[in-house]
Amino acid sequence: MSTGTPPPVDDAMAAADLPAEPVPVSAAGSAVRSALLLGGFTVVFTALMALTYDATREPIKASVEARRLELIGQVLPPSEYDNVLLRDRVTLPALSALGVNGPVDLYRARLGERPVALVFETQAPDGYSGAIRLLMAVRADGNLAGVRVIAHKETPGLGDYIDPAKDRSRPEWIRQFQARNTTDAASWTVRKDGGDFTYRAGATISARAVIRAAGRAAAAIAPMRDALFALPAGADAREVFQ
Amino acid sequence: MNAAERALYRDIGHKGLWENNTALVQLLGLCPLLAVSTTFVNAVSLSLATVLVMALSSAAVAALRTLIPHEIRIPVFILIIAALVTCFDLAFNAWLHELYLVLGIFIPLIVTNCIVLARVEAFAAKNSPLAAAWDGVAMGAGLLWVLALLGAARELIGTGHLFTGIDMVIPGLHAIQVFGDEYRGLLIAILPPGAFILLGLLIAARNAWVARQAVPGPLPQRGGEAVSA
Repeated sequence: MSTGTPPPVDDAMAAADLPAEPVPVSAAGSAVRSALLLGGFTVVFTALMALTYDATREPIKASVEARRLELIGQVLPPSEYDNVLLRDRVTLPALSALGVNGPVDLYRARLGERPVALVFETQAPDGYSGAIRLLMAVRADGNLAGVRVIAHKETPGLGDYIDPAKDRSRPEWIRQFQARNTTDAASWTVRKDGGDFTYRAGATISARAVIRAAGRAAAAIAPMRDALFALPAGADAREVFQ
Repeated sequence: MNAAERALYRDIGHKGLWENNTALVQLLGLCPLLAVSTTFVNAVSLSLATVLVMALSSAAVAALRTLIPHEIRIPVFILIIAALVTCFDLAFNAWLHELYLVLGIFIPLIVTNCIVLARVEAFAAKNSPLAAAWDGVAMGAGLLWVLALLGAARELIGTGHLFTGIDMVIPGLHAIQVFGDEYRGLLIAILPPGAFILLGLLIAARNAWVARQAVPGPLPQRGGEAVSA
């Protein structure tokens, strides 16, 4: 490999836009030089990214947890419990009633030693355009504390009234779940199908998907609430559902 | 700064904001333009991030331009842009988390916005870092005002509100309801076709304005299609 390159190689860079001058440098030498430079740039900029990642790791974790608590606050007011909710957690197995592939975190709210509510995510697989993710809370007395849509792709202005943050014109729709008795949860549906939930005419599919998913999940979780509260923190709740 | 430099910087600004406007003339970077311009706040937030990325990546490339071999300049440019965007993505996630959840995938996609690479290749690789940074800001600002206009128009027509989501950026401020409760919103404005239609109207308005400027007074037959931006 010829390292004895002629002097003006570096200056060839500045004139790069001119028509190619015959610069006497071997192809192999130029390739090695380019490769080394590219490697050097990669190391420098990867280091920059690594430093940024390190500096933002804690703030990101804090933001994610704050956001999670804020969402939970919409189904269960933070004044009703005093434990560190995100730490008092058990893992639910993959239940068909929850519509989620894989384990689900379930948080247990307590006031002192007294159980208050179970908070968990569930999913309606049959929204108008894809799955609708829900967050719901079941109180220790078996009634529903509330349901909230946390992710969906329903049509803006039509089906998205299920999420009051997207369509502010019908905030009362999602409140129908509040304080509802869950003993008949498995049969919850819209009025059109013989249930007692309202819906917007022309956008029944979104409402029906949310109501049925919430009902299925409530029917599966609410009867097990005492056993779920009794598990140690961090436990796997598989045996409760066998 | 002498007079020649001042003229150069004024020229860069004029080109970025108007003459060579990214969105209205070059029609580059339309992917984020159409995807996030559903509200004013989303549009302005993503544009501001793009302005910062363009200014920093242009300055970085200009500062390193003598070190970058011509044959591998494109991979190096992409590396620099991608690293800066990744840092922005992490910073957004850490300190503007709610906005991050809304803009989501579109922040990493700034990397693929061809206007960033286009300015780095066409301008920053041949100029001083200061001029390159200013070019990035001017080009980004050109994108910003068009996106802001488009976002505000789509939001207003589509929902009757303005500044929805402003509380994600500046806590304490609230959206304004411009039209009354009975305004149901024109859905198409929020959907992708609305973005195409409104952008088309903006381009037409600009072209009409330029055509009028180019025809001095009583010579209308000189205008028309001969004048192109």
